[in-house]
Amino acid sequence: MNVLDFIRNNITLLDGGTGTMLQGMGLEPGEPTELWNLSHREEITKLHKAYFDAGSNIVAANTFGINALKYDDQTVAEMITSAIGCARAAAKLSSGTQEKFVALDIGPSGKMLKPYGDLDFEDATELFAKNIRIGEKAGIDLILIETMNDSLETKAAVIAAKENSDKPVFVFNAYGEDDKLLTGATPEVMVSMLEGLGADVIGVNCSLGPAQLMRVVDRLLAVSSTPVAFKPNAGLPKEKDGRVFYDVLPDAFAGQIVEAVDRGVGIIGGCCGTTPEYIKALAKRTKGLSVKPIHEKDLTVVSSYMSAVTFGDAPVLIGERINPTGKKRFRQALVENDTAYILGEGIRQQEAGCHILDVNVGIPDIDEAAVLPETVEALQEVCSIPLQIDTSDPAAMERSLRRYNGKAMINSVSGKKEVMDAVFPLAKKYGGVIVALTLDESGIPQKAEQRFEIAKKILAVAKEYGVSKKDIVFDTLAMTVSTDKYSATETLKALKMIKERLGCHTLLGVSNISFGLPKRDFVNGAFFTLALENGLSAAIMNPFSAEMQKAYKTYLLLTGKDENCLDYIEFANKAEEISVQSGEKNAAAESGEIGESKLEYAIVKGLKDEAASLTAEMIKTKAPLEIVNDTVIPALDRVGKDFEEKRVYLPQLLMSAEAAKSAFEVVKASVSAGNDSKCKIILATVKGDIHDIGKNIVKLLLQNYGFKVIDLGKDVAPETILEAVTKENAPLLGLSALMTTTVPFMEQTIRLVHEKAPWCKVVVGGAVLNLEYAEKIGADKYAKDAMETVRYAETFN
Amino acid sequence: MIVTVRDYAETMRGVAVDKAEVARYCSDKGDGGFLAVIDECVAEALPLVSYRVCFSELPVSVCDGRVTFPFAPVESKALAKNLKKCDKAVVFCATAGIGIDRLIAKYADISPVKALAFQGIGAERIEALCEVFCDDIKKDYKVIRPRFSPGYGDLGLDFQTGIFSALQCGKRIGVTLSDSLLMSPTKSVTAIIGVEK
Repeated sequence: MNVLDFIRNNITLLDGGTGTMLQGMGLEPGEPTELWNLSHREEITKLHKAYFDAGSNIVAANTFGINALKYDDQTVAEMITSAIGCARAAAKLSSGTQEKFVALDIGPSGKMLKPYGDLDFEDATELFAKNIRIGEKAGIDLILIETMNDSLETKAAVIAAKENSDKPVFVFNAYGEDDKLLTGATPEVMVSMLEGLGADVIGVNCSLGPAQLMRVVDRLLAVSSTPVAFKPNAGLPKEKDGRVFYDVLPDAFAGQIVEAVDRGVGIIGGCCGTTPEYIKALAKRTKGLSVKPIHEKDLTVVSSYMSAVTFGDAPVLIGERINPTGKKRFRQALVENDTAYILGEGIRQQEAGCHILDVNVGIPDIDEAAVLPETVEALQEVCSIPLQIDTSDPAAMERSLRRYNGKAMINSVSGKKEVMDAVFPLAKKYGGVIVALTLDESGIPQKAEQRFEIAKKILAVAKEYGVSKKDIVFDTLAMTVSTDKYSATETLKALKMIKERLGCHTLLGVSNISFGLPKRDFVNGAFFTLALENGLSAAIMNPFSAEMQKAYKTYLLLTGKDENCLDYIEFANKAEEISVQSGEKNAAAESGEIGESKLEYAIVKGLKDEAASLTAEMIKTKAPLEIVNDTVIPALDRVGKDFEEKRVYLPQLLMSAEAAKSAFEVVKASVSAGNDSKCKIILATVKGDIHDIGKNIVKLLLQNYGFKVIDLGKDVAPETILEAVTKENAPLLGLSALMTTTVPFMEQTIRLVHEKAPWCKVVVGGAVLNLEYAEKIGADKYAKDAMETVRYAETFN
Repeated sequence: MIVTVRDYAETMRGVAVDKAEVARYCSDKGDGGFLAVIDECVAEALPLVSYRVCFSELPVSVCDGRVTFPFAPVESKALAKNLKKCDKAVVFCATAGIGIDRLIAKYADISPVKALAFQGIGAERIEALCEVFCDDIKKDYKVIRPRFSPGYGDLGLDFQTGIFSALQCGKRIGVTLSDSLLMSPTKSVTAIIGVEK
């Protein structure tokens, strides 16, 4: 029988702990259990047989701790093959008459994935894939991925399983006392992501006892349309007379698990501290119980690594600002690879109340398939809300979806066959909620009824691809009302038809409605309210538009979605503050108080907002470059000198630098040609090192002084650094290292650059370095702080 | 060998952030507006900081600048001196979680001064957690030695690998070790607390 058929109709018993049992057979404390797959085959077989004898339907082969980071490839293959052989033999030897299955057990790699650790996502996928290919050959019934405490690593393992095997995939995560994974994912996040990836069973194992994990079980059951498994520890470990024991005994354990079965869990077993006695108790207590049917939850959910957004709760706001269309400054940022600007837009939109961020980097001549996934990854590092990946390039879409941590929104498909054939398979493989545009090969139909027909066609094709209706959100396309007076009403009508007749969620890019009109915000706000009233589920919008925010907040208030009017009152108070502040500024401007001395003061004191608004005022009457040369740079110099002479300290230097940067931003927005007269400088934190605060401080100051900085980031290999130096023909390279263990990579990089790019000087810094050490590893210059780097860089012009 | 995991979230809620200490970690020596930045950052950081420790009490033997743990021996005169009167030690790993690393990354480009403040807050939090944990351990034993970490004196960082495989820090509290022996989350500490006979 297939394991999936079995779990549908039966309470399924997994096995229990391994370590405790093997220690009873002579395994030394701390000795990895997988070594016994080769040295003690008989004992491993005996262990599995004991579980089958106790009633287990699924036994996990002893492969949890095996991976190619710990052992060479041949040993990995031998250990896995032998482990599966032992489990198979045990199934035959056991007298139990129940259905018996053998799982390949996959545990965490033991490494943290990038950007917080040093294991690349694709390397993690390949690591798991290796085990899975060996397991497939050896003959398994299913793949059990368990004890994962990081969502991204879980995703890598599931993708590896799906790409290398057609066996069912069970995925269990280890949740903490706060009901989250250690990297922040909630049960709802994991369900959305794992269902998207096509996991066959979703569960919780290890970390705590059954009572402490019951909340997580309830939360999984509430949102999961996939069978749920429960495999907790036997409580918490205790020690008595040198012996370790767990504080929940078999009967009590089974009693608590049966409660979970009552609530809908169908697959049960034990983790650390449990033995065949526990499984026997489970078998006894669940005898005669039948498995509860799983109900389809019909929830439209997108998620990031830590939070899930469910459509239908309240209208969802999707920020539209990460998009170069019509935005000069944004285009410039993309061309100049100015990630900081793009990330800043993301953070500001999240702070302005967006639930999801649209990400579009499409400009001519850009390699979207490279830039989009990089941008998505960088945004996930700084924003905790889900992203909507917006591209018409299938390669860019696939690469972005693959590395995305969570379940993304996909923007978009349409009724065009070619587009559906490209996008639906990606959604099926990686999961995602898809924006479906109601247009097809013949364009956007004028009438609502025709748009509705296209929606029906899209649903039919989605079904063929195995994409569920709940994962499609329809965009009935807002077109400008300036060229067709009925465009708004037809769009709203189509929206209402789809919502009511198809039961699907809807979305609009609201601001398109006012294209070509003056005071567009007025129109957008009113249209947004109308759309919400017609059942709009989500809007792609500008969160910085006061009219849009007003429409949204008042809509929630007036439709009973704002308990005690709290949200509205907070919003109204903030709006008042803002208008008072801008009034004050205007008064100051009128009285003519704004001037150079004030800007200089703002920079010296590190007043970021003031520096920006003062610059904006000054730019009306003074040439941008003059402001920079006469005011900003002298102010920076003053602070820099004070820092060198220890009159101010690092935080003040940074605050001033940030204030200066905000003044530069204003200047940049008004003149497109930057101040490129100074040389290019490459910066990087060396391979192996993940600390980059020091490097970022140097970058900020160098940029303020007009240098063109190319920041390669952290943990950068020597070859990558050399490549950048050569490509940019840079005269100066700055390297940072914090730890003694990474200085060898710094030395290696310097040697490589000096040999292959002898024109380039290398300046080094970082906590672990000093002048003597820097000279020893061949650096051209040691800079004790950021200002010293600036002074050194200035000698290159 | 028994490894215990403790979640100190509850206890640490009662341990306020020492802002002067944060300023010190950031080498701030005057006000100049930085204290306001710290205040703002503390408010943003606290909901995202977690406090977890895993530890194990292990027998140790000390002989001629060599200390033998059940999982590995290590050559270190400084550690041997520290553990001179001890026959066992509590080996622990503590972490303030990945939330702080995420905040540092968030502000790395858009506000290095905030990134610096989060760095300082993270350092203060993990040290405060270690203090709370050591106070806890003190209650269980008569005399304990000051905690001693890899990297102190002549105790090499490579000893981290032994501690990590013994405590299984990744599985238990989500702390992992990179190839260059850096811990992730970065605001984590491993240490040995000698227990005197």
